[in-house]
Amino acid sequence: MKRKVLSLALMGTALATSAYAQEATLTIESWRNDDLALWQEKIIPAFEAANPGIKVVFSPSAPAEYNAVLNSKLEAGSAGDLITCRPFDASLALYEAGHLTDLSDLEAMGNFSDVAKSAWQTDDASASFCVPMASVIHGFIYNKDAFNELGIEVPTTEAEFFAALDKIKEDGTYIPMAMGTNDQWEAATMGYNNIGPNYWKGEEGRLALIKGEQKLTDPQWIAPYATLAKWGAYLGDGYEAQTYPDSQNLFTLGRAAIYPAGSWEIAGFNTQADFEMGAFKPPVQNAGDTCYISDHTDIGIGMNAASENQEAARTFLSWVASPEFASIFGNAVPGFFPLSNTPVELEDPLAKEIVGWRDECESTIRSTYQILSRGTPNLENETWGASVAAIKGTESPEALGQQLQDGLATWYAPHQ
Amino acid sequence: MQTRRIRWHIAVFLAPAVLVYTAVMIFPLFNTLRLALFTEVDQTRIYVGLQNFRTLFFDPIWSEQFWNALGNNFWFFLIHMLVQNPIGVALAALLSHPRLRFAALYRSAIFIPTILSFVIVGFAWKLILSPLWGIAPSMLDAVGLKSLFAPWLGKEEYALTTLALVSVWQFVGIPMMLIYAALLSIPEEILEAGEIDGITGASAFWKIKLPLILPSIGIISILTFVGNFNAFDLIYVSQGALAGPDFSTDILGTFMYRTFFGFQLQLGDPHMGSAIAGAMFAIILVGVCIYLFGIQTRMRRYQL
Repeated sequence: MKRKVLSLALMGTALATSAYAQEATLTIESWRNDDLALWQEKIIPAFEAANPGIKVVFSPSAPAEYNAVLNSKLEAGSAGDLITCRPFDASLALYEAGHLTDLSDLEAMGNFSDVAKSAWQTDDASASFCVPMASVIHGFIYNKDAFNELGIEVPTTEAEFFAALDKIKEDGTYIPMAMGTNDQWEAATMGYNNIGPNYWKGEEGRLALIKGEQKLTDPQWIAPYATLAKWGAYLGDGYEAQTYPDSQNLFTLGRAAIYPAGSWEIAGFNTQADFEMGAFKPPVQNAGDTCYISDHTDIGIGMNAASENQEAARTFLSWVASPEFASIFGNAVPGFFPLSNTPVELEDPLAKEIVGWRDECESTIRSTYQILSRGTPNLENETWGASVAAIKGTESPEALGQQLQDGLATWYAPHQ
Repeated sequence: MQTRRIRWHIAVFLAPAVLVYTAVMIFPLFNTLRLALFTEVDQTRIYVGLQNFRTLFFDPIWSEQFWNALGNNFWFFLIHMLVQNPIGVALAALLSHPRLRFAALYRSAIFIPTILSFVIVGFAWKLILSPLWGIAPSMLDAVGLKSLFAPWLGKEEYALTTLALVSVWQFVGIPMMLIYAALLSIPEEILEAGEIDGITGASAFWKIKLPLILPSIGIISILTFVGNFNAFDLIYVSQGALAGPDFSTDILGTFMYRTFFGFQLQLGDPHMGSAIAGAMFAIILVGVCIYLFGIQTRMRRYQL
């Protein structure tokens, strides 16, 4: 609230003084409230130093509420100048509703590959409306001290993975894996879409699903649920009521050995955990199989079409697209990997380890995000429920696949 | 003959309240109902009549969610009627006992949760019941009943009842206060007259006091009904907009919120959301009408 008042006051003064000086204040809407300090201390000062006359205010809201809050603000005309973009349809809808500006003519867009831009383009790729900022990679973060103590090798295959879990469980000092089903999304995001690409062979399966050549009832789409069903036994007591922050705390307090993760956790874990951490990629079925990782284009930034500071906003976006920003951002927020074509040298060891998987494995994005979550029922939200049901064992993997397929077929033509 | 003077002062005094109420309540209410008759196709709003309501009630995907939410809402209401109101009446009866010591202290202590914010209550209870850090498991452990503990908020079969009981804990002070006030207004003479006829103790409560406080109980029931069918905050705070696990705590308020504002990858649909809000309005209206015309007019009133 205080921040809002402050930014309003700043905007007020900016409007009042703009007649006299070339001063503009840009407000950024974001769901990354965890990154507030990083923006205020590192990113914004770097920009302001290079661009005197433009002030930037980072004004995040809670992740779960961001989409609703942003939509209401845009409708009401009170949203900030710069909009942090969710990937795919949420932002596409904003563009189609005229809330986001077409940025295709922004020179700096040339710094990104087509794959990086694809999350924020119209279906025919004729217009790009957000500058890609970063992607996140899924995998598992583990407590190195615990692994050393119990003499466990980092697992690479599924059999080794479950053997390690058995060993941790038998020992009893640590909870084998820190995850709860209360908030539901972890089960889908850090569960299903984390281990899944190894089954459906990344992009190959994902694109085939979009084209309607594969179905959610096919074995490669059901198998991850069968694997998740085995997870339940290794989660902590009362995992049904365990929330996402509970899981984070369990792991950083050193009470759990393995954390099914997204790389965005790195910054938080580095400050919270006082033991050494390592990471391993989703285990493959047989040693030597090609590995697939979810390298999800997660965050971009665009311009509010109703912004009164269009020029200043464009200046900021060009800077975001520059290698300079990529290097500051990649290192300030380890775990959000820049998408820029210029390679960025990361300093954080854990982030470096995870981003290294890009060279060993095939990258894909989350299966439900592009196109498939356009209708009702929403496939992504349904996947949350299905993943939870799989872990709890309330439904068989086959039944879950059938449910999701039926839901998708009600509105998606290629599956009818 | 003198013409009647127009009494301007009435209009002047009413105006602020009427204007404010119209602007913030009546207009939005009717605008929401109007919104429910439209839908959006390719960025333009088109009129579709009752199509949204047809989708809500008859489309298998929507109606399943709607009936689930409505059923949960009735269960939520039932728990309040069966637990909150009898406890409220019992507490009021105890408090009004003339020889009870520290009555003022109990009264305040029981009423205080009512003035707490939903957010505080939701988070506090979530922590109390947390299987990881909560005091509930360790308290049960201390008396050797650890086996009775379950992660209640995470189990489909218990979550809604648990949340309803948390809400009862928060609001039991309201029926208590209203009944307490009603009990205090019963004149001593009536009770004394009863005593002379040999009606004392518990039978004095059942035969004299209860009939006299029935109108208050009626008002409390209708307040509970309206409050419960408008409920949203507690569920949203403790279980999120998806009202997990597996929609077992989804009530009309959370269903409306999710539809109206969207959730994660699901985009908001103000028109379907308004249709749900319209259905909620109708349910509450019908409930209140049944009470006002069906029950209140038939209730016996005693002149004290």
